[in-house]
Order: sequence, then structure tokens, then C-alpha cells
Amino acid sequence: MSSISSASATPPTLPPLETLIACPACDLLMAAPSLEAQQNCRCSRCHHLLYAPRRQTFAQVIALSLTVAILMIGAVFFPFLEISAGGIRHQSSIFDTALAFSEGILLPLSVVVMALIVVLPLLRVTLLLYTLWPLAQGRAPWRHARRAFRLAEAIQPWSMAEIFVVGAVVALVKLAGLATITLGPAFWAFGLLVIVVTVKDNLLCDWTLWKAIDTQR
Amino acid sequence: MESNRHPTLTARAAGLIGCRACGRVSPGDTSVCPRCGGALEPDRNLSLQRVWAWMAAGIICYIPANLYPMLRTSTVATGTAENTIMGGVVELVHAHEWAVAGIVFAASVLVPIAKFIAIAALAISLRGRATMSSHRRHKLLEIMDFIGRWSMVDVFVVAILSSLVQLGYVVNIHPGPAAALFALSVAFTMLAAQSFDPRLIWEKDQGYPA
Ligand SMILES: [Zn+2]
Ligand SMILES: [Zn+2]
Repeated sequence: MSSISSASATPPTLPPLETLIACPACDLLMAAPSLEAQQNCRCSRCHHLLYAPRRQTFAQVIALSLTVAILMIGAVFFPFLEISAGGIRHQSSIFDTALAFSEGILLPLSVVVMALIVVLPLLRVTLLLYTLWPLAQGRAPWRHARRAFRLAEAIQPWSMAEIFVVGAVVALVKLAGLATITLGPAFWAFGLLVIVVTVKDNLLCDWTLWKAIDTQR
Repeated sequence: MESNRHPTLTARAAGLIGCRACGRVSPGDTSVCPRCGGALEPDRNLSLQRVWAWMAAGIICYIPANLYPMLRTSTVATGTAENTIMGGVVELVHAHEWAVAGIVFAASVLVPIAKFIAIAALAISLRGRATMSSHRRHKLLEIMDFIGRWSMVDVFVVAILSSLVQLGYVVNIHPGPAAALFALSVAFTMLAAQSFDPRLIWEKDQGYPA
């Protein structure tokens, strides 16, 4: 990326603002990456990734987002883990897990856990589908597409499906000596979901998407 | 100080304002990004005030989260036992589950404390002369932003154990108040790291007032 140099104290005459990008991490002003570029574009000062060229990714991200939604719906209602000890069996789904805190003052925590592992991951893929669907077909973006994509990006750190899977593994180890545990179909669905989410998030390039929202009419 | 040898122009120095969410450049007095609708804040010290506020909330929740029980286990044989965060780690060590004990200790103790120290140090470094380069401080902030959410692991462990281990008279596990306090502490420190505007680190380096 070429930065705009300012040897003198007074700013030089600037090109039109749409042709510029300010690095979101360090504020360096640069010429915006062109969508034809074949290489990753990084900020020349802080090396923040600005643009990653990928071909045909809108269709792929749509397919992967749909997969995530289907796996999540399956994972919520099928049995997640089954425990048996002393002749007693007990099954729990992800839904039950979120409701573990539903007694007394811990009730709000139930809502939060449900949001972190089910609602926010689902909301994120829904917003991505809403933004990408018309763009992938070369049409103008739907109403509020900008707000939808910004929200999808803001949700990302709060969507914690992969952390939940690590939590499940830790719980299994803790119970290993105490009881017999059987992994249910939802356990595998959730594990697969985490892989699909990771692949999908790696395919998505913010700059390409913002450019498409800006230019497609 | 590479940036001093190659003078570069930031959006702010050009009298413009850049969007932290999408990179769009707007005239300096714009308050809402025309591309993504995000808020544009000309005063970056507001970002620091928010960092300190979320940090304080995170620490206030973290201390009692370590004192109250995370889990209550009741069995016929031994009665009711209560486990704090550290108690859970010690139990895993006694069971010789070194790897998992390490994961829980890192997620629940090391990461939160490292995060409090690192973010405070980064915020303080903006005032005086920093001992680390902007590159390294920026990297540190990115790492803190990335690993903070993994502290939520223990909350999920408690949720899974208490929903699964409901075996009538044999054994039952119930969550303790520390689970909620710890979840709040993790959320607050995540917000602290997200509020930290990395551009402050670079501006200081360039000699622009923060
Ligand atoms: Zn940069
Ligand atoms: Zn923006």
C-alpha cells in the first residue's frame, strides 16, 4: 500500500475521499486498495490487513452461513451429552445447558449463556445472509444492509460457539472418573459448526463487501 | 521510530476523520460514518475514559468471583462441597489432568490478570514516554483483544456440569454466584479492550497530541 506523504506542514491537495482509506488501526491515510489486486493489502505502517482478494466468496459465504444455521438448529434440540451413574441416566441438550442457571438470582446468566452460544451466532449468519444475498446476484443491496453488516461485525467477538466446545471438553474430563458420559448427535453437530464458522469468517473480506454495498445499484 | 524517518499523513493530520469499523474517510466534522453508520468520535480521549471505566467494573467483579463458590456438588457419600475457581484447578491437578488444569488456570486466572495489567500499562504508556515501540504495543493490544473472550470457558464448564449432573440421590451439581460474577468480569474486560482505540498508540508515536 502506498501512503500519502506529507513532507511539508500543510496538507497536500487530497484526492476524492472515496478513493482513500484510513487504516482502522492506526489512522494512516492511503489510496484505497483496488478490487482487482491479487495480493493481500496491508497498512504500510502497522501492517493491519486491509484487503484480502478472494474470488466468488459471496456465494461461498452464503452457503457456509446456511450450513451454520442448519447445524445450530439441529444442535439446540438434539441431545448434547448423556450421563449415567449408579443406575440413573440424565440427558441434556444445549438448551438445557443454557437453562442451567435458571434458578434464583442466576437467571440473567441463563439468558446470557443462551445468547453467547446460540442466539448471537445465529443472528450473525442471518445478518450476513441478508447483506450478501442480493450482492451475490449482482443486484443492489437490500434496505439497511449497511447497518446489518456493521452489526454482524460487532457481534463477532460475542459469538462464542468455539469457546463452548472447549468448555464441553473440560467438563467431560472433570466427569471422567465420576460417571459414564455418552456424546449425543448435538455434540458432533456443534463441533462441525465451529469448523464451518472458522472457514466462513476467514473467507469474508470487509473491504470487498463494503465496496460492493457502495457500488452495486 | 521508522515513522519519523518516513513522514506519513494520517486522516486526522489531514483534517479528516477515519471510521474504525470500515475505514471510510470523511470530513473532520462528520459525526456518523456515511458508509456504515457507525459513530465517529473526534475526541479520542473519550475512548480512554471508557477503557478505565470498563476495567474498573471488570476488577470489581473479578475479586468476589474468586472468593465465592463457582460450583456446589452434593453427593450422598460426602454431602455438599463447594468449589471456587482456584479450587476447580486444584481438583484437576490432584486428578493428574495436567493439560485441562492448565487450560482452566490460563483461561480463568492468567488471562484475566494479564489483561488487567496489559491494558492498564497501555493506557498509562500514552501519557509519558513509552518504553515499547508502537508496533509492539499495538500487537499487545490485539493479543489482549483476541484472548480475552476465551476466559468465558469456565462459565460454560459450570453451565454444562450443572445441567448434566442431575442424578437424583447420587450426585447433583449446582452453579454458585461466582459464575455470574466471573461472566460479568469477562464481559467488562472485553468491552475495555474493544474501547481502546489503537490509533491513540500511533498518534503518540507521531508526536500529535492525543
Ligand atoms: Zn495501520
Ligand atoms: Zn464506517
